[in-house]
Amino acid sequence: MLLAPIMFYLFSAIAIASGVMVVSARNPVHSVLFLILAFFNAAGLFVLMGAEFLAMILVIVYVGAVAVLFLFVVMMLDIDFAQLRTGAMRYLPIGALIGFILLAELIFIFGSWVIAPSVSTVAAAPLPTAPGFSNTRAIGDLLYTRYVFAFQLSGMVLLVAMIGAIVLTLRHRVGTRRQVIAEQLGRQRTETVEVVKVPVGAGVAD
Amino acid sequence: MTIGLSHYLTVAAILFTLGIFGIFLNRKNVIIILMSIELMLLAVNINFVAFSVVLHDLVGQIFAMFVLTVAAAEAAIGLAILVVYFRNRGTIRVEDIRMMKG
Repeated sequence: MLLAPIMFYLFSAIAIASGVMVVSARNPVHSVLFLILAFFNAAGLFVLMGAEFLAMILVIVYVGAVAVLFLFVVMMLDIDFAQLRTGAMRYLPIGALIGFILLAELIFIFGSWVIAPSVSTVAAAPLPTAPGFSNTRAIGDLLYTRYVFAFQLSGMVLLVAMIGAIVLTLRHRVGTRRQVIAEQLGRQRTETVEVVKVPVGAGVAD
Repeated sequence: MTIGLSHYLTVAAILFTLGIFGIFLNRKNVIIILMSIELMLLAVNINFVAFSVVLHDLVGQIFAMFVLTVAAAEAAIGLAILVVYFRNRGTIRVEDIRMMKG
């Protein structure tokens, strides 16, 4: 089984390289595109770990929705991004220092992580091992029963986010002619049609 | 040569650090800062899934899904606020966002 390590190193190398490009690219559009690449490779890592459903959700939600949203906003706003980058190098040393310290700490912790062998016997919801019982089905079994309230709550979070985004960005421009249905329906015959008797040879005054 | 927990945790740690580093490096550009936050949330999700698989416990994957949901909501609201701010002020420089400062 040499394929799994090769794929792991491939996915993680591309993910990390595109993460570097996200934070260092000059053009924010390139940043967004590299973010998409990073998400794709993280989805590959999820597949390697056996979490297929989350991998597909990651591709659909992040690449299909969030990254496209970022792309829209980057292209919509008329910003001089080069001007925003001035002075970025001033924060490079302190950022690199803090990043290096954090990374060293995390790797020190994670590198020596040992899990007691008995811990998997007390799992709250054991991973499915039966053949033909997919990851998606197991997640569904758990999500719609024990975590149904949390699931509904996350739906409410998304609803509030959607309404909030619409309310924030909707604007009524002055001077645009909008259709007012109530006004249309409330029209009376008397205020729209006028019957005029026209005298012969005189015409109608304005 | 087997890929274990610590490999995945290292990848996640590097991605998380890149997110922090991105906030430091692009501290004028809110869009890149939001993208760095997404990168950090992705690293957290990798950690959740790795522990879920190693501990044979599905709850980690469920929680990773909730993290994903909240991240999507956060990105939507954050970008909406950004668009409104740009419309009102014509800039998204972080230094200029200080109207509430006394």
